[in-house]
Amino acid sequence: MNRHLILVLALAATSAKADWLQFRGANSSAVSTEAKTPAAKLKIAWGTDLPGRGLSAPIIVGDRVFITCSSGPAQATLHVLCFNAADGSKRWERTMRATGRTMSHEKTCVAAPTPCSDGQRVFALYSSNDLFAFDLEGNLLWLRGLMHDYGNASNSLGMAQSPIVIGDTLVVQSENDSESFAAGLDVATGTNKWKKDRPKAANWTSATVWKGKDESVVVALQSSKGILGIEPSTGREVWNYTDGASTMPSSAVGQNALYAVSHGITALAPEAGAATQLWRNEKLNPGTASPLVLGEHLYVMNSAGVLIKADLTAGNDVWKLRLKGPFSSSPVGAGSRLYAVSERGVFQVIDTTAPEGAVSQEIELKETVLATPSISGGAVYVRADAKLWKLE
Amino acid sequence: MKFTFLTLALLAGSSLVQADLASSISTLKNVGPEGKGNAAATAAWQEVAAAKADDLTLLLTGMNGANPLAENWLRAAISAVADRAIAGKAIPTTALIAFLQDTHNSPQPRALAFDLIQAVAPDEATRLTPSLLEDPSPELRRHPVARLIEEGDAALAKDDKPAATAAYQRGLSSARDEDQIKPLAKALRSLGQKVDLPQHFGFLMQWKLIAPFTNSERKGYDTVFPPEQSLDFTKGYEGKGKSAAWIDFTSTDEYGKIDFNKPFGMEKEVTGYAATEFVSEEARAVELRLGGKNGTKIWLNGEQVFARDEYHRGAKLDQYKIPVQLKAGKNTILVKCCQNEQKEAWTVEWEFQLRVCDSTGTAIASAKL
Repeated sequence: MNRHLILVLALAATSAKADWLQFRGANSSAVSTEAKTPAAKLKIAWGTDLPGRGLSAPIIVGDRVFITCSSGPAQATLHVLCFNAADGSKRWERTMRATGRTMSHEKTCVAAPTPCSDGQRVFALYSSNDLFAFDLEGNLLWLRGLMHDYGNASNSLGMAQSPIVIGDTLVVQSENDSESFAAGLDVATGTNKWKKDRPKAANWTSATVWKGKDESVVVALQSSKGILGIEPSTGREVWNYTDGASTMPSSAVGQNALYAVSHGITALAPEAGAATQLWRNEKLNPGTASPLVLGEHLYVMNSAGVLIKADLTAGNDVWKLRLKGPFSSSPVGAGSRLYAVSERGVFQVIDTTAPEGAVSQEIELKETVLATPSISGGAVYVRADAKLWKLE
Repeated sequence: MKFTFLTLALLAGSSLVQADLASSISTLKNVGPEGKGNAAATAAWQEVAAAKADDLTLLLTGMNGANPLAENWLRAAISAVADRAIAGKAIPTTALIAFLQDTHNSPQPRALAFDLIQAVAPDEATRLTPSLLEDPSPELRRHPVARLIEEGDAALAKDDKPAATAAYQRGLSSARDEDQIKPLAKALRSLGQKVDLPQHFGFLMQWKLIAPFTNSERKGYDTVFPPEQSLDFTKGYEGKGKSAAWIDFTSTDEYGKIDFNKPFGMEKEVTGYAATEFVSEEARAVELRLGGKNGTKIWLNGEQVFARDEYHRGAKLDQYKIPVQLKAGKNTILVKCCQNEQKEAWTVEWEFQLRVCDSTGTAIASAKL
């Protein structure tokens, strides 16, 4: 059994469980892979207070919800919390201290990257470039101070790139104007397996996972230069798309193409050695929210809060639906529905099968929400600066 | 006889446990950059996190002198021990107070001890707060300063201006964080009091400046222009499209901004230098604290101590803390400040602020020769 096949099997096994293990879920697709989807009408099952700010999304591992926060006058206090998914009761909390710079734009905060998990460990990364690995019981397994190690790896506006874990490699990005890099770390010890320079330009996008026709798993690193496909265990380049890409919304993965946020949307067919352009539609312009593929269509949220349903063959509009924005978070999907939360805390359920699209439900959360929702076990989890909710 | 033997055996066992714990703490303190020591620390952490409540001060003592990474290893273990101790109502409050009050202990574990005291014995924390006003830990000072702000506000509400002024002045004298200094300065000024913020922070206000050298395509950042080779304030050079000569510049900004745009105009793709002297009565460690949003390099006595090529991502007080060693007598500080090509309204700044302070943020003034 080759290494790639092992990785694919590991990913498949993970996605079969009711888990949402990273930013935008399995393969960073933003779509739930579970058979059980959230009910047509949702209500708040529970809400719990949080000790600090955060743009990071909750992740769900089995019956536990993990989330990160930052607090204190300089946001130097870093929290990792674990809650019971069933009732929102707290199982444990660990409070650490930032070893890197904590400066950020006032809209964002130090707890901006979403943590990720391999099902046994939780990896929590912060804008200060502090990285902690805990087991599910809150035992510290290892830690890194990536700004402690690489002194200029920071962005004065704050960083937000979320890590992903593939097999025994944790892929982290710290892409900024000065000391810009990506690295693959050993999940057991946190030591570098590889580290490579990245374009010197501020970047808030997160990696996506591309599975090739040969079942190989490639991590797609997006930047202003384009999208670089790498082998996760070595950092070796597999393919490289060099025609530029966004530094805010991340790209979407579909069955047959990677929909790059590049000159609008550019559909790519990545294979070993090259990423062939299938089509480009410059009218599809994502705002801050990242696009996603749900079923047979691509969904793009523009900067005016208009959700665009487009076909996968050329990116042509099917319908446009104005939502209650603005949006900093990205929509996520399950079944035939999308879930989007505005900055003003308006949680909106979108029925994508309605002829012109339709908002089938709204819930006023009455808090500022900047974080992307997560889906697990038929529930949607949403966090604000001071609150975490389960909607089911 | 049996009792004595049993007691000795228990004592010996206890000593062994303590020795094991000390050994595990030592393992945690040996972690270093790039994950060095992580594998050993993973196992050691389990031992430390399993310690008893009575060992909390031993764990806190272990944080003394630890590097920031080791501090976090120990912090997480203390958190696990404290969770169990709080649940079992076994927090050793008296020992924690003694640890807090011993200022030989490092600031971080002392602040952690205060947090634990506050969690289980808030009345004790309240009682201890005034004693922290001149504490070497700026984090601990925040508590009494916050109380003085409240006291000043309360006095002002009763129109007791002398009491308000006294409370605010005491608060300002001890405050080290900008978020507390700003409201205190504003309150005192509203009461007719003079506040010298440059002096409070220790900003360097008087400089010699020279500009413009080029920074086309941001290449000036790595180009060695004459001021980097030798400082001769009598010399002029061929600059970018014009001659460059040294001028005297004194900042009038109360946050010590050294604004190249003022004497040289709002240029783009240019490089400027600022030089000053700082006199130290003794050889000592200090921090240079820099704020700015331009590509910047700093040399102290000819040795480069800072370099960062980030442009227009934001600036704040104490954005960068640069530990350096001053020599006794005159110290020369040279700052290279590069402006890039961006044209947006929020990219016009070509400036920096620099202050000299100790590691707690307490200003250090230049001595007079």
